Amino acid sequence: MSMTGVQIYKFLPKTNCKKCGFPTCLAFAMKVAQKSIAITDCPDLSEESTLALESAARPPIQIVTVGADEKKIEVGGEVVMFRHEKTFYHPPGLVIRLKDSTPLEENLKQVEAVASYQVERVGMMFTVDGFAIENDSGDAAAFAKLVAAVAEKAPSPLVLMSTKPDAMKTALEKAGPLRPLIYAATTDNWSDMTELAKAHGCPLAVAAGDGLEGLAGLVEQVTGNGVENIVLDPGGRDYLSSLTQLTQIRRLALKENFRPLGFPVIAFPGEGTDSNEEESMLAGQQVAKYAGIIVLNHFSPSTMYPLLTLRLNIYTDPQKPIQMQPGLYPIGNPKEDSPVCVTTNFSLTYFAVAGELEGSAFPSWLMVCDTEGLSVLTAWAAGKFDAERIAKATKEFNIAGSVNHHRVIIPGHLAVLRGELEEELSGWEVLVGPRDAVDLGAFLKKSW
Amino acid sequence: MPTVEIPVEKWSGKIHEVRLGGQGRKEVVVGGENTLPFLHFEGSIPNPPVLAVEVLDRDPRDWAEPLLQAWGDVLKNPAAWAKKAVEVGANLIALRLKTAHPEEGNTGAEEAKRVVSSVLEAVDVPLIVLGPEVAEKDNEVLVAASEAGRGQRLALGNCEEKNYRTIGATCLADGHVAIGKTPIEINLAKQLNILLSDLGMSQDSLLMDPTTGALGYGLEYTYSVMERLRLAALGGDKMTSMPMICTVGEEAWRQKEAKTSEGVPDTWGPLAERALRWEEMTAISLLQSGANIIVLRHPSTVEKVQSAITRLMG
Repeated sequence: MSMTGVQIYKFLPKTNCKKCGFPTCLAFAMKVAQKSIAITDCPDLSEESTLALESAARPPIQIVTVGADEKKIEVGGEVVMFRHEKTFYHPPGLVIRLKDSTPLEENLKQVEAVASYQVERVGMMFTVDGFAIENDSGDAAAFAKLVAAVAEKAPSPLVLMSTKPDAMKTALEKAGPLRPLIYAATTDNWSDMTELAKAHGCPLAVAAGDGLEGLAGLVEQVTGNGVENIVLDPGGRDYLSSLTQLTQIRRLALKENFRPLGFPVIAFPGEGTDSNEEESMLAGQQVAKYAGIIVLNHFSPSTMYPLLTLRLNIYTDPQKPIQMQPGLYPIGNPKEDSPVCVTTNFSLTYFAVAGELEGSAFPSWLMVCDTEGLSVLTAWAAGKFDAERIAKATKEFNIAGSVNHHRVIIPGHLAVLRGELEEELSGWEVLVGPRDAVDLGAFLKKSW
Repeated sequence: MPTVEIPVEKWSGKIHEVRLGGQGRKEVVVGGENTLPFLHFEGSIPNPPVLAVEVLDRDPRDWAEPLLQAWGDVLKNPAAWAKKAVEVGANLIALRLKTAHPEEGNTGAEEAKRVVSSVLEAVDVPLIVLGPEVAEKDNEVLVAASEAGRGQRLALGNCEEKNYRTIGATCLADGHVAIGKTPIEINLAKQLNILLSDLGMSQDSLLMDPTTGALGYGLEYTYSVMERLRLAALGGDKMTSMPMICTVGEEAWRQKEAKTSEGVPDTWGPLAERALRWEEMTAISLLQSGANIIVLRHPSTVEKVQSAITRLMG
């Protein structure tokens, strides 16, 4: 939440003392609003004003970064309960859990599989974000050994899981520069864990078993001790308690501006379920409903791919729908004599048409024109989907090079363009398809 | 310790309660909640979301391999199929009259009556009957289905702006529930509910299908339109307060991810697993946006989603 210069001015002493180097308090306030200087440059700011300004300037949910360099997880900073109200900004980090009680070789095999996993969707590449390493053995040396091995093999965002400060300390000596998330400070160890977080500049997870009040209390102790980058673990593990707690925490932060719980939340879907499949379903719920970091006990491509896809869907900005890259898309396994259909690059239109073609008995070529993300009728009305553009795209994507015929199918709503398009594309026959994608299968059966 | 006061919304609206079946048949009630999905701390959710299994009136030879394997021989007979669906946990059967489509055999009222009667006889759960989604044919076969199921309180769909009059009227005459389907748009959904109400249909006789986009294929549009419809309803808008039905199985299994085993990246994982995850993930997210009835295709998804619902109901 950024404040205007005038809003900031109200908190200043209004003495125009010039000690800050500016002629007036208002001039100083303007500079602060532009973020070119810090509010603390005013030497006479009262304590209440400092607190009020600091809290007003902070986002209601703190942005927390796990990891260093390019590969990092940035979570929190959300401003709405429902994605249509604005958008969800920071997709939850998905990390795979390793236990130091598992043989090292097995762990490293898993690390290799996870680190090399990448999958493409709508022209973007997606990967798993990192690892959670658990001190399941209780042995500090075993923990440190695994942490060091993972940090070396796949330097990525890590969650270090141990409630023992001494084990955490040795692990941080191995992986501290990766800025791992320390999991976790509890009512028993918070003082030591806070010191470790400060010493290594790491974010700290705070876990309290006795409800949101206990959690908020512990967070206040931790922040009072100087740690600001916090991730919450409210303790709920199953479907219902996770949904309830994550909803309540998000509401408290956004609606009540309740500081002690204004942080991203870590979730453990594997602890509330019994199998890989169920874990991925609960993780799906947590992607939709408010998790910041999701620790998965299992890793397999067939669960990771749907989960990454769901994360992409939910975190797509509703005001800026995904546009398809214009081009010629093969649907099914089209051959030289397969139909060529024309559509827009509005992703929903593309999905509707591609889905129907996929479901039809006709493998097809789908030519996606650049309509700047508008749907068929809107694009046509805006002059972004006319004969000229379609003709241009036909040549640009070299349709004639992919098929052995000269026939294209245009959307039924563009029937008026047929004559003009046949003029633009001399030698081509233009077929007018159905108005609705759902009728494509029947249309092809009859007319192709 | 700081005091934490959980913010609770004071919603003025409530989802209409819609009854299906009854009169000798099992009754299924959907809707009735006055809060967002599964927020028991805020309001009351008298009826859990329910699961329907989609049954076709013909052998679904074009379906993906995992589905054909799971159901086996019953696919040849809608009544046997429906029976097995109930055994695996279906709360409802969604019978799709596919053969009435002009391209699929163009069967008419007689065949519709026969199939609907045979399924009604085979199972004791309520029945949803869906037409081939060609307006004139929908009218023809749904009127026939309506007569065949008189008194059984079926749900008949889909009403669209083109054909809502005929289907609405037959629902009124035979005491059924009408499903209004609109293309992922909040105002169109509301408009169709108003038109159906103007026909004389009461609010407890309407369901709405906001149009389902599968995971990766427009899911986010459906998800947000459903959330907006639900928020409008809880805000007191009676014309968006109908329970929502989502055809998850049909949409998820239509996609490449649920059908293709060759020529796809290894990172997609094996088809037999991936296809199921596609249906499950679509279902679990739409439960969160307010689905009251989810229509599924695979028996294993029915079991998994049911288990999630049971846990979410506490």
